[in-house]
Amino acid sequence: MKAHLSRRYMFSASHRLHSDKMSEEENRVTYGKCNNPYGHGHNYTVEVTVSGPVDQRTGMVCNLVDLDGFVHNQILERYDHQNLNVLPEFAQQVPTTENLCVAIYEIVKRGFRKAHLEKIRIEETMMNSFEYSGENGR
Amino acid sequence: MVYLTRKAEFSASHHYHNPAFTPEENARIFGKCNNPNGHGHNYTLEVTVKGAVDPKSGFVVDLKQLKDVMSREVLDALDHRFLNKEVPEFFTRIPTTENLAIAIWQRLAPKLNAAQLHRVRVYETPDLFVDFYGEA
Repeated sequence: MKAHLSRRYMFSASHRLHSDKMSEEENRVTYGKCNNPYGHGHNYTVEVTVSGPVDQRTGMVCNLVDLDGFVHNQILERYDHQNLNVLPEFAQQVPTTENLCVAIYEIVKRGFRKAHLEKIRIEETMMNSFEYSGENGR
Repeated sequence: MVYLTRKAEFSASHHYHNPAFTPEENARIFGKCNNPNGHGHNYTLEVTVKGAVDPKSGFVVDLKQLKDVMSREVLDALDHRFLNKEVPEFFTRIPTTENLAIAIWQRLAPKLNAAQLHRVRVYETPDLFVDFYGEA
């Protein structure tokens, strides 16, 4: 039987929303407070959803030790207490939480082999959340 | 189609152990959850049903009926129990959150006649949950 398993992780990071393709004025209008030149930060919550058949012997979709290990090494180590703007994936892209969702999705999709990645959902604050399920996602 | 979700909470203990594994395999695969004396969680259950809104009542499902079925079929059987020893599904299956979601679906699905069961979500902690959609 196929089940979906979701696990939540937290990290804190700073960013500034600013596009080199826009004028100063356009940036201010588009990004508002998020365009503050000194940046600002969030406590992000990342929800990783994987799926697969429940292994009859273990009762698990995948071992949480494997998922936790992967996310700690590849996601939290990479993003926690960092300025997102200086990371290579945001050299050409604005570090909105939409783009962060896609970046994290790509890392997990590429590297985690123990279960099928369904979705990455990120809460930027208690009031905002973003989801990405891949180009062919629901 | 409208989806309606009802939440409930229950507390239970369990441990993870497969007699087909060696003690070393059990310890390696299940870690702390393999402690033979068990440990417990406050589980949160979310049951989502779907259906058309009845034009006379404005309901997808009679909430009282849904609550009664959840209480009788799930909470009465699981709340304040040691899952491995007191709930028949887990005499042979390991009471992981995955298997718990499947067992709750199997308990509820035949008893819900007014609305169709869409999803069973079980939170073991606020940071870990399983969804089961009845998929084979």
